[in-house]
Amino acid sequence: MISARNLTRRFRDLVAVRDVSFNVKKSEIFAFLGPNGAGKSTTIKMLTTLLAPSSGSIEIDGLSPLNQPHEVRKRIGIVFQDPSLDSELTAYENMDFHGVLYHVPKRTRRERIPRLLQVFGLWDRRNNPTKEFSGGMRRRLEIARCLLHTPKIIFLDEPTLGLDPQTRHQLWAQVKQLNQEEQVTVFLTTHYMEEAERVADRIAIIDHGRIIAEGTTEQLKATTAADSLEQAFLSLTGSTIREEEASSLDRMRNMARLFRR
Amino acid sequence: MSCIYILWIRQLTRYVRSRSRMIASLGQPVLYLLALGFGFGPIFQKAGEGNYLQFLAPGVIGMTVLFASMFSGIELIWDRQFGFLKETLVAPVPRILIMLGRTLGGATVAVLQGLIVIVVCSIAGFRPANWAFVPVAFIYMALIGILFTALGTAVASLLSDFQGFQLVMNFLVMPVYFLSGALYPLKNAPAVLEAIARADPLAYGVDGLRGAFLGTWHFGLVTDFGVLIATALLFLVVGAYLFNRIQL
Repeated sequence: MISARNLTRRFRDLVAVRDVSFNVKKSEIFAFLGPNGAGKSTTIKMLTTLLAPSSGSIEIDGLSPLNQPHEVRKRIGIVFQDPSLDSELTAYENMDFHGVLYHVPKRTRRERIPRLLQVFGLWDRRNNPTKEFSGGMRRRLEIARCLLHTPKIIFLDEPTLGLDPQTRHQLWAQVKQLNQEEQVTVFLTTHYMEEAERVADRIAIIDHGRIIAEGTTEQLKATTAADSLEQAFLSLTGSTIREEEASSLDRMRNMARLFRR
Repeated sequence: MSCIYILWIRQLTRYVRSRSRMIASLGQPVLYLLALGFGFGPIFQKAGEGNYLQFLAPGVIGMTVLFASMFSGIELIWDRQFGFLKETLVAPVPRILIMLGRTLGGATVAVLQGLIVIVVCSIAGFRPANWAFVPVAFIYMALIGILFTALGTAVASLLSDFQGFQLVMNFLVMPVYFLSGALYPLKNAPAVLEAIARADPLAYGVDGLRGAFLGTWHFGLVTDFGVLIATALLFLVVGAYLFNRIQL
């Protein structure tokens, strides 16, 4: 469903992603793990048509994100690391807006929006503006929204960041359920190793732009002789803390947080 | 088409929902109208130029549309900040349609805002010379709205965070307003001011509004229309180009 071949992305003299190759099969849950600045987000951007690779090739459901971006976009759903809802619009309006942008016919929208809102426990709050929602509700709405146009693949970029254990648990249970019922392929990143351990069928660990390990949790634990995925992760990537320079986007996020209070 | 429509509707919905913004944006026009309109009125009268409120009102209406539309364009920074922009940019829709939808939405909001100020002006005592020409004023308002929403979008596409916003207000919006002849007649203005006004698109907007409401022109009906349409098209092209280059 997803295949990346010798994917490389350079930003001037920095190589963010270096000769990365991997395959994700249909209806598989694939976790992409790595420390900050390892190249996760750059890879996701390339897979989701937002960034052109410097070299290498990608196929999403047999299509090239570079040459057929609109066709690829119709087939994928994305939940970004940062919130991406319109806070003035209601839950229903946010869904409907998405549906129109993704060319979902009106009849299908009328059917599918209530169903998805119900699945994610948001139906009772459908007419509330999302600025009144908690972090967990917003996340659930974003996941419901990205499923509206029945994508074949969904990309979840650190979807559980900042959520409490209850919400995280529920959210993954719903993702897992959807994956089983609708055969959606899931590509996720997270910093919570126990989540990846529980949900993912297969895991790839990326560091300094290279994939340094790939396999099931059991395989990764076996190769590093670790008891948990977290230990395996640390023994593979080392325990040095990665310093990232705050980009203008990070500064903006901080400002946005200030303004929300 | 449906994509332009939904973006347009979104802008309107947001506008109607934020009462505080609606009321806040009336503060400035009312202040100009009252402080300048009544303050300078007697002197203007003595100088033999007639009723200052009559002269000022089209300028204040133009200002309202200018501020509201620039703000709608600049709102792009907010959308980027709060993440909503990404949602629209990864949709399977050409970016030009997104830009057009936003611009039309912003311009519509600006015109609505202008209509409210027309009502406020008439409460203050403003009377159009000929009601038959008032619809012409709406066309001018729409052109001003489209022109400056497109400009705001272009500028916002270049800014990555709030910091630049004050810069835009102080070095772009305020000069465009003060130098447009919205507050004083260009007729006997110093040659330099008059020349600057000729390079200011809002000057043609305000002149057009004054013509439609009062029947007095400085540049002339055709010049006003021509310059506004040409500039609006130019800004739309530049705005679309810069919007298209936004990287997430």
